[in-house]
Amino acid sequence: MEFLLLNILNGLSWGMLLFLIAIGLTTVFGVMGVLNFAHGSLFMLGAYLCMQSMKYFDSFWFGLLVGPLCVVVIGVLVEKYLLKRVYDRDVSYQLLLTFAILLVLDDGVRMIWGSGYHIVEPPAILNGIISIAGQDYPVYRLFLIIIGPIIGGLLWSFFHFTKWGKIIRAASFDNIMAEGVGINVPLIYTSVFALGTWLAALGGALAAPQQSLIPSMGEKIIIESFIVVVVGGLGSFPGAFAGALLLGLLESFGTVFAGRLQMAIPYILLAVVLLVKPNGLFKKGV
Amino acid sequence: MMTQNNHNLLGPALLTILLLLAPLVIPVYWVMLLSEILIMGLMAVSLNLLLGYTGLLSFGQGAFFGLGAYTAALMLQAGYENLFLILLAGMLVALLAALVVGFFSVRLDEIFFAMITLGFGMMFFSIAHNWLDVTGGSDGLPVFNLPSLNLFGFQLTFYTPINMYYLVFVVVLIAISLLWLIVHSPFGLILKSMRENKQRVSFIGGNVKTLRIAAFAISGAFTGLAGVLFCLFNNMATPEFMHWSFSSKPIIMSIIGGTGVFLGPLFGAGIFFILEQIIIQYTENWMLFLGIILIPIVLFFPQGVFGTLRNKFFKQGSK
Repeated sequence: MEFLLLNILNGLSWGMLLFLIAIGLTTVFGVMGVLNFAHGSLFMLGAYLCMQSMKYFDSFWFGLLVGPLCVVVIGVLVEKYLLKRVYDRDVSYQLLLTFAILLVLDDGVRMIWGSGYHIVEPPAILNGIISIAGQDYPVYRLFLIIIGPIIGGLLWSFFHFTKWGKIIRAASFDNIMAEGVGINVPLIYTSVFALGTWLAALGGALAAPQQSLIPSMGEKIIIESFIVVVVGGLGSFPGAFAGALLLGLLESFGTVFAGRLQMAIPYILLAVVLLVKPNGLFKKGV
Repeated sequence: MMTQNNHNLLGPALLTILLLLAPLVIPVYWVMLLSEILIMGLMAVSLNLLLGYTGLLSFGQGAFFGLGAYTAALMLQAGYENLFLILLAGMLVALLAALVVGFFSVRLDEIFFAMITLGFGMMFFSIAHNWLDVTGGSDGLPVFNLPSLNLFGFQLTFYTPINMYYLVFVVVLIAISLLWLIVHSPFGLILKSMRENKQRVSFIGGNVKTLRIAAFAISGAFTGLAGVLFCLFNNMATPEFMHWSFSSKPIIMSIIGGTGVFLGPLFGAGIFFILEQIIIQYTENWMLFLGIILIPIVLFFPQGVFGTLRNKFFKQGSK
């Protein structure tokens, strides 16, 4: 019983991180139609810049605030000067351009901070162990499980109840119509990419105390978040939530039940969903 | 179009002669590099049958490359030393796997096709990485004895880089010629029309699904052949061949060279490796510079370096 509970908690905490990254990815895709290969690198950069800002002011909360904002600056530059030029190009060019950005960011980080591991300590208040059903469990993971739905809920409310949120949704339905009624679509695109970047970087900063920092940490998570958004339905918000939790739990239980096959679980999930429901679990047919 | 095809044969003929004579003048290290370029070039040209001609972006080609390599490594370990048998077996295994993967994948398009092929590729990677008894796990399978070839009474071995180069050269030349014939056959024409509009192809009676599976299987088989060659060249088959990041290499090469030109991907492979050689002399961060070079290529060379330059100087691509 305890064993079941612990696996569920592990799955949820990993799932919540995946969720934060996947909503950024899926929002950018939903609005701009670009599947951003460099999204995982923005996640990685969020973790590194969180660590770096903690060197100037030794507080995790400071790093969590400042780090992702610095990444947003990079994101805005990338959108304004690079991505903008490929919106109407073939999908292979969009993937290759964002892949090139991934190479630059990953290797750039390797150049600045080295390829070794870095560690970020969780803040003192979350740096403990709590007893759950007689088992020790890190408090920080529980924090992740709680923070995920909070950020998700805030974003959902933003998209549904604020004027800006409604404008963004309008632009994602039909950007030509939106432009026609006087919405500044290029500005929307830049803002949405900035939001997506912030979410990825925030995910990275939140992940920093839980996993060690290496330049390739983005490459693992980008493929899993691709899987999450495709499984959930590209552009779908609830889909990203369900997909992230499903993948998080499957991976957590996979380490127990699937043995060596565990590595293949995300890909099997991806293939099965694409074959049975090609538009994803939560996307209505086009 | 026909006159253009006849016209184009002069370039490939010159290239063939150049590649045939190159080992006589360049240092051994560059001969080995040239072998690698030819092998990866074959992989890229095979990929471009899907990407450039059929309009399908496959992110799982590494699986077929790896299957070819593992087939060769396992056969050599088991004592089979017939070169032709190994080349054919590698192709056949990759062909069969591509038929299965293609059967499931070709119903999807664009990004979904890219994702499902990535998924299948990574399943093969997971198997290669974890099935220790057969594949040697993450260490890979080493190859200690290379097959030899009995040519009119002469026993040819491939232990020297020069002999290996000529083996690679002959096999790649034959494979690329076959691919050229396929691309310029009626079948190749139908592939191109599917890229443009698959609905219309099905209206005039083409079975889009079967045609796409056929293209996927052919591409997979030649990718497997490239894998066999790489295993012989590298004396090793490793799971990394099947990883998505390896699968992205032929895509990069094709787009660098130009997906609209038959030999574009081969040139892309050449540019890729030569750039790598130049850059790693100055810095360890070759990926950073690859990224920096790729960005303007994607932005400003919509038909790839080779394709754009050719159009500029010969005005052939435009009407």
